[in-house]
Amino acid sequence: MLKVSGLHLWRGDRHVLRGVSFDAVAGQCVLLTGRNGAGKTTLLRAIAGLLDPEQGEVNWRGVSARGSRDEFHSELAYLGHEAPLKGDLTGRENLHFAIGIRRAVTPAEIDAALTRTNAQPFADRAVRTLSAGQRRRVALAGVLLAGAVLWLLDEPTTNLDADGKKLVATLIEEQIARGGIVVAAVHQDLDLAAGRLVTLDLSGIAA
Amino acid sequence: MKASPLAVARLVMARDLRLAFRKPSQLLQPLMFFMIVATLFPLSLTPEMSRLRDAAPGVLWIGALLSSLLALEFLFREDAQDGTLEQFALSGQSLTWMLFAKTCVHWLLTGLPLALFAPIAAAGLGVPAEAMWSMVAALALGGFALSLIGAITAGLTLGARRGGVLLSLLTLPLAVPILVFGADATREAIMGGTILPQMQILGAIAILGVTLAPLAAAAAVRIGLE
Repeated sequence: MLKVSGLHLWRGDRHVLRGVSFDAVAGQCVLLTGRNGAGKTTLLRAIAGLLDPEQGEVNWRGVSARGSRDEFHSELAYLGHEAPLKGDLTGRENLHFAIGIRRAVTPAEIDAALTRTNAQPFADRAVRTLSAGQRRRVALAGVLLAGAVLWLLDEPTTNLDADGKKLVATLIEEQIARGGIVVAAVHQDLDLAAGRLVTLDLSGIAA
Repeated sequence: MKASPLAVARLVMARDLRLAFRKPSQLLQPLMFFMIVATLFPLSLTPEMSRLRDAAPGVLWIGALLSSLLALEFLFREDAQDGTLEQFALSGQSLTWMLFAKTCVHWLLTGLPLALFAPIAAAGLGVPAEAMWSMVAALALGGFALSLIGAITAGLTLGARRGGVLLSLLTLPLAVPILVFGADATREAIMGGTILPQMQILGAIAILGVTLAPLAAAAAVRIGLE
């Protein structure tokens, strides 16, 4: 479903992505590995369409993701380094607005997602007062709520405790189980059946 | 089910309004600036009402223009920093539409209050009571056009590390027509004439802004996110 072919991307005079290609079908997880600066974030942003690759293409369901951007984005959830939350709003309000612009969402759904990521106890506090790990749990609830087929996760376990890391692994496994696709830069073992997990080492192909 | 454009606009506006009321100081700053400029003028210029009245249109409009520049800083910057704009761009909804909603709220929170409070400042500058309504209307319409133009330049300067100066440099030349016709409308109102022609030109600028500025702002924001 997701086909990335021959992505080349320069940042200034650095050739960051040197012909990255991979395929992912429904129910597959692509793990991006590689040392710092290998281009994991750049690749995720390029797939999402936030960066314009100089060469190469991202295809979603057989059509160019760039050409049918809105359709592609409505099936995509992207979680970057920073949890995209407003400090002056509570976690619940943040999700209400952020998910509401994508699809109609009920308070019960928000509650369920917050409970799932153990963010319920602090969901009514201003995000400004939360720890980085707590913010990440709220942001993960947002990823769940988006109801997207394709998840692009950039180091989703950053700042999370051991229990949280396990949660991320479980969420990824569940997403795969319901036929979704996950492309993630994750530094941990996922308990996925062979064939469902593809590892892509960017150190080899990147600068 | 994908959210309808109307629901999207409602949510974007509700969110910005709620944020603004959680942090009212940011909202009051441009308004305070305008009031201070307008009250310092009579103190420094001359207490003679007839001469103040001649200077009033210029003082009010320059004050309004500079205060709107101050407010523009807040239009996109925070949303860009905390990743909100990124999520907007990836939401599968029209970024143009969302930025238009944001710009409308921005005018509602900065341009409109300024126009409504302007009579207090104008009274100190010797503007006659009959001219107040026309002045408020011109400031409100001109402020809307300023917000729209500002959306383009605020979008363009997102990528710049310290965009404040660049933002002013880019916005001011584009804002000059609004300043010229707005101040002219106010002068005409003070002299008791009709402001219809000036209002028509301000309206035309605003309509041009409504049709083009959100598109340009969305393109600029997408570049800024790279």
